[in-house]
Amino acid sequence: MTSVVMIDKAAPTRNVKYGSMSRDRTWALRWSYFFLTLFAIFSLVPPIYMLITSLKTSAEISAATNPWWVFHPTLQNYVELLSSNQFLTFFRNSALVSIFVVTITMLISVPAAFALSRMRFWGSATLATGVFLTYLIPDTLLFLPLFKMFAVFGDWTGIQLINRWYVLLIVYPTLTVPFCTWIMIGYFASIPKELDEAAIIDGASWFQTLTRIFIPVALPGLIAATIFAFTVSWAQFLYPLVFTTSTDQLVLPVGIITSLIKGDVFNWGQIMTGALLGAAPPLIIYAFLMDYYIAGLTAGATKG
Amino acid sequence: MVDVAFQPSRVAGAGSARKRASLRTALKRKSTAAFLMTLPLILLVAILVVYPAFYSIHLATLNKSMQRFIGLGNFQFLFKRDTFWLVVEQSCIFAITAVIFKALIGFIVAHFVHNIPAKGQRKWRGMLLVPWVIPPAMSTLAWLWLFDPSYSAFNYTLSFFGIGPIAWTGDANWARFTVILVNIWYGAPFFMIMYLASLKSVPEQLYEAAAIDGANWWQRIWYVTLPMMRNIIAITTLFSLIVTFANFDIVRILTSGGPIDHTHIFATWAFKIGIEGSDIPLGASVSLFMFPILAVAAFFILRDINKRGNEA
Repeated sequence: MTSVVMIDKAAPTRNVKYGSMSRDRTWALRWSYFFLTLFAIFSLVPPIYMLITSLKTSAEISAATNPWWVFHPTLQNYVELLSSNQFLTFFRNSALVSIFVVTITMLISVPAAFALSRMRFWGSATLATGVFLTYLIPDTLLFLPLFKMFAVFGDWTGIQLINRWYVLLIVYPTLTVPFCTWIMIGYFASIPKELDEAAIIDGASWFQTLTRIFIPVALPGLIAATIFAFTVSWAQFLYPLVFTTSTDQLVLPVGIITSLIKGDVFNWGQIMTGALLGAAPPLIIYAFLMDYYIAGLTAGATKG
Repeated sequence: MVDVAFQPSRVAGAGSARKRASLRTALKRKSTAAFLMTLPLILLVAILVVYPAFYSIHLATLNKSMQRFIGLGNFQFLFKRDTFWLVVEQSCIFAITAVIFKALIGFIVAHFVHNIPAKGQRKWRGMLLVPWVIPPAMSTLAWLWLFDPSYSAFNYTLSFFGIGPIAWTGDANWARFTVILVNIWYGAPFFMIMYLASLKSVPEQLYEAAAIDGANWWQRIWYVTLPMMRNIIAITTLFSLIVTFANFDIVRILTSGGPIDHTHIFATWAFKIGIEGSDIPLGASVSLFMFPILAVAAFFILRDINKRGNEA
């Protein structure tokens, strides 16, 4: 009997204690939500402002009305841009470049990551570290020597690379391949060795082990790497600015900045529409595949 | 372990009977196959990253028309120019201030996200990471428009608080402020996501133990969270320092280095000299000043990797 009473007594006191803690927690929660809202506003102001401006006419943009509100919403900017051949060319160039770069990146980095993570050979460890270090060399260090190299190459062979959109297919992989290889090494290394041993015992070749075992098992990593490669090649600004100049060769970021800004005249409605359309593909991918996106982002540092 | 499975083929390859192995057996050998699979990667890195990096050192020793070797002439010329020292100073201010604030904001926001119930975290995380997803060239355009000299939406809002119109990109100090602000806006989510991932990996027991020992909120952060996150903080800060130091897009679009070179950093100045001024050697010499920070980073990362190698 006594023991039952004791338990009964113990239970309420515990509840009270939890009650005070949960009151603290409620306040901590409220503050968290308050500050998170502030930070979310800070994060979302530019994209929202893009949207607001893209729905305005030029007259409304230059009028002295409240810039944060659309009084006469119109889709005119979208219609104009999407029916302009120039803008569609930029979009096509960007899409072509990104798709090719993603393909090239995967073709180079998946076999390399497989070899580096499973088939140890002379210098493989050094190579893996080296790959990671090349990821750290920024594009801003390489654009001048690359520019000169392509110019010299053009003089020697007569193959013109400067001012052709496909030059970007050569330079973008330098930004995507090292990182993709690095994260694929991480994913491949986490696959249990029993799996590929079993495949080898069953008589699979190296190639079959890669395509039948590694790629399906490491598919989340593959998707993360693909997303990374796509986002990088879609967003790259310096290389296209340096290597391409004719309007029909430009990709989206450079195209918007060089063609929609005419001298000192800024057609902000169209610029913001173009910027929003340019930001749309990565945003859409992000909206649907956020977890893969984040996995790719964190894999680089946590697995290093 | 997998090596064991391959021992037979390797022994066969080394065996005297098949010493003069045909190309076919050579291809079957593990190291040959592995080498061939990494060959594209090696070629890409060697031709398009390592070679240009050294080539830029060579370029930096040539004169403007790239006909004549002038040794350290470009550097002597740079050291005598005030603009160069201005760019050095600005690059350091830009990178250090931006990285400190990115890390701080990332740390704070990660804590707030970690604090709220797990169910809602996804949504908040999704919203807070948007700046990192938008291509920086596109979002900087939106900032440029927000800071527009005559139709600035910020100035419009500030006018209600009685704060006069600010020449955001026109005044040297405000222009520096805006480029740093945009960089923080763009980079803080990256820190947030990294710190959030590492916060989740801190064992809950440690906090419980600290709470039992009577640790207050600050002590829990200082003695539990920070030591557990030390590695990830170090590596993200290092990464971000490199990327911020080498930043181009934001400064280029927002101010193009103006007013009167007061926001130029190494990358934008190298672009202005090398491409716009078509003095490639001088531009290459400027961009080479990004090397020291890279060397420091490489040193720390290599040390880290070696340490892990010893532990394993």
